[in-house]
Amino acid sequence: MIGRALVHVPPTAKRGEVIEIKAMVAHVMETGYRIGVTGKPIPRDIITQFVCTYNGEVVFRAEFFPAVAANPFLSFFTVATDSGTIAFSWTDQNGTTKVQTAAITVA
Amino acid sequence: MARNNQMARNNQKDWRSRRDVLKVAGAVVGGGALARLVVQPAAATPAMMEEAIRSFVGQAAIKKGKVKLNIPPLVENGNSVPCTVSVDSAMTATDYVKAIHIFNEKNPQPYIISVALGPRAGRAEFSTRIRLADSQTVTAIAELSDGTFWSDGADVIVTLAACIEETTH
Repeated sequence: MIGRALVHVPPTAKRGEVIEIKAMVAHVMETGYRIGVTGKPIPRDIITQFVCTYNGEVVFRAEFFPAVAANPFLSFFTVATDSGTIAFSWTDQNGTTKVQTAAITVA
Repeated sequence: MARNNQMARNNQKDWRSRRDVLKVAGAVVGGGALARLVVQPAAATPAMMEEAIRSFVGQAAIKKGKVKLNIPPLVENGNSVPCTVSVDSAMTATDYVKAIHIFNEKNPQPYIISVALGPRAGRAEFSTRIRLADSQTVTAIAELSDGTFWSDGADVIVTLAACIEETTH
């Protein structure tokens, strides 16, 4: 199950400025390699895809493997072009998607 | 690693008394090794990492440089290791970083994360947190828009490996 998402986008930026974006989502990222207390392996449960779009245009994508830590965190950069919406989406191995958006005002 | 194996064995054989487990582990070294083979998931090897890298890179030459993999040389907890990869690139429309991949030698899988970016990124850099199952060399590879590949490696010593058992507390 994908939990709460936390994103950080600067609320305002100058046009052309390189801004840092941070995104984290609550998720166990169970590797599938751990043995549970009953002696049976715990089934894999991971987020596999992360996409960040800026006014609909994809600016950053990531593919996660089990070696990404629980509650996957990413920080990356993008150029502030226009005011609008930055959308973040996480998709798990079952195709469930969690979307979070943030607004940015570009002067 | 040995401690983890021991713990895994204990978990597997929780129907046995602790003394039995210790006796088995102590007396039958060969048997212990066998149990380890059964319990422990197959760890990736440097050869598997090379293969994984080739599956992303193809037969292109990988040069050292341009990429900087920033990861602490000594980590206490392998469950969450912060790392940053930055690539020396102007990030213009004609000269930019297309993708960055991170690989490891000794986790169960050689892959860690793979990101795609473009000129819109402005700066070819990202940070994340990863799991490391053992002390090992982590490798970052960047693919540039001109089709060249660049890499950087870093040795990491892990004191508490990313666990392979469920926590019981």
